[in-house]
Amino acid sequence: MNPAIRIAGVTKRFRSLQALAGVDLEIGQGEFFGLLGPNGAGKTTLISCLAGLARPDSGTLEVMGRDVVRDYRGARMALGVVPQELVFDPFFSVREMLRIQSGYFGIRNNDDWIDEILHNLDLTGKAGANMRMLSGGMKRRALVAQALVHRPPVIVLDEPTAGVDVELRHGLWQFIRKLNQDGHTIVLTTHYLEEAESLCGRIAMLKAGRVVALDTTTNLLQRFATHTLKLRLAAPVTLPPPFSARILSQEGTELLLGFDHYDDVGHLLAGLRAAGGEITDMALGKPDMEQVFVGIMNQN
Amino acid sequence: MEGFKTLLYKECLRFWKVGFQTVLSPVLTAVLYLLIFGHVLEGHVQPYPGVSYTAFLVPGLVMMTVLQNAFANSSSSLIQSKITGNIVFVLLPPISYREFYAAYVIASVLRGVACGVGVLLVSLPFAALSLAEPGWVVAFTLIGGAFLGSLGVIAGIWADKFDQLAAFQNFLIMPLTMLSGVFYSIHSLPAFWQGVSHFNPFFFMIDGFRYGFFGVSDVSPWVSIGVVSVCFVVLAVITLQMLARGYKLRA
Repeated sequence: MNPAIRIAGVTKRFRSLQALAGVDLEIGQGEFFGLLGPNGAGKTTLISCLAGLARPDSGTLEVMGRDVVRDYRGARMALGVVPQELVFDPFFSVREMLRIQSGYFGIRNNDDWIDEILHNLDLTGKAGANMRMLSGGMKRRALVAQALVHRPPVIVLDEPTAGVDVELRHGLWQFIRKLNQDGHTIVLTTHYLEEAESLCGRIAMLKAGRVVALDTTTNLLQRFATHTLKLRLAAPVTLPPPFSARILSQEGTELLLGFDHYDDVGHLLAGLRAAGGEITDMALGKPDMEQVFVGIMNQN
Repeated sequence: MEGFKTLLYKECLRFWKVGFQTVLSPVLTAVLYLLIFGHVLEGHVQPYPGVSYTAFLVPGLVMMTVLQNAFANSSSSLIQSKITGNIVFVLLPPISYREFYAAYVIASVLRGVACGVGVLLVSLPFAALSLAEPGWVVAFTLIGGAFLGSLGVIAGIWADKFDQLAAFQNFLIMPLTMLSGVFYSIHSLPAFWQGVSHFNPFFFMIDGFRYGFFGVSDVSPWVSIGVVSVCFVVLAVITLQMLARGYKLRA
């Protein structure tokens, strides 16, 4: 079985900027995959190369086994892209726009599927409204609808929840999860790391145009993140060596300590008391993707 | 093929939805030219024997309207799509660059024809027009519209800002159309300017188009169609090359 996406040795330079410096990546069919990285890491360039919006300087990209250059028709039929920018055509209503988009993909009489998408994205009431009249969140959902008109097996969402309120974001993720359960491969880029953590089975992290981490979400959390204990003390103290090694950060009287098991908390607190520390506030934290992200980005 | 047909339909729907701006306005502008120039020069200028100045003016204005609007259609559509970012909706689907080109150019020709027909119909009460050789009228309309539609694709892709497109329109298209013999026969010009006019492809489009109405022209319609066809083919090749390379569209 072909992977949903195969990227091999892809480079792309924009004048002096090496946007992609040799990216290799394989994403299996049916995966919910996260592509993370700081601004300028190359995520959108990689998606653009995949979607045919940019041409790589070298390397190959395939969608469902179709080369995006040699067999661009096959590759594009297999791919639905939700662009990062909130773009729309001000001349058309939502339904007109979706019919037109269906036609671009060679599909006529697509109204049944369009109705289903509109229903799932809670846009049925806005089908006849001009795109200009929609709120930001609705425009974002209309973009998702546009990416789905041709029922692509692979769906790429480039920061789809930017500027979308919490309620709409939940609705959107529910729908995307359902698509994934129905067998669609989902590739997601987002700056909301907790979204990536809860949704994605596997994550790749990009930095300066290179993949610097690629693993399952569980493995990344195990390898790069720990439980944390955040303490505020009445006065600064100096912890002895076994405990000082646990300090992740210290700012004045605020300490952030890392630990692997909850049993360690008792030892840490005992060590702190022995060192004369008086606790005024305390909070426990679970391992999260933010720690993983910061850790990996600082490592590289 | 469905992608091409849909893009063509979308491009036509786009200008039709704002018909006041894209069809009726150019018709009104052309009719104002007709009324003013016709009023001032009727009886004073007779470019061809037996043809009144107003009658002479009408085909020129019709063709000028066809050309300017064909250019405006593809160029404005592309630059708007580029600046608003919705060009991605056309770039993401499996539409080939040839289909892309054909859809934009044909839509441009159709808008040019819609405007030209409008000018012609509104002008009919003002001038007695014959239609000596309608085949030439159709041929020059199609090839002239396609030439300008193609030029509009180039301008729309090349321009990054609206003012760059306006410069293209005001410093190239407008002078070339106004100085192409819309309002005069080039035989009324000094020899030097007559010679210069022969380097303006728009002159051949207007002159050949006018031949279709009166059976009289400054140069043979065969020469005109030859010049315009060569210019169109050259422009089409350049435009297709740009699109094939993804110039300014596919980074």
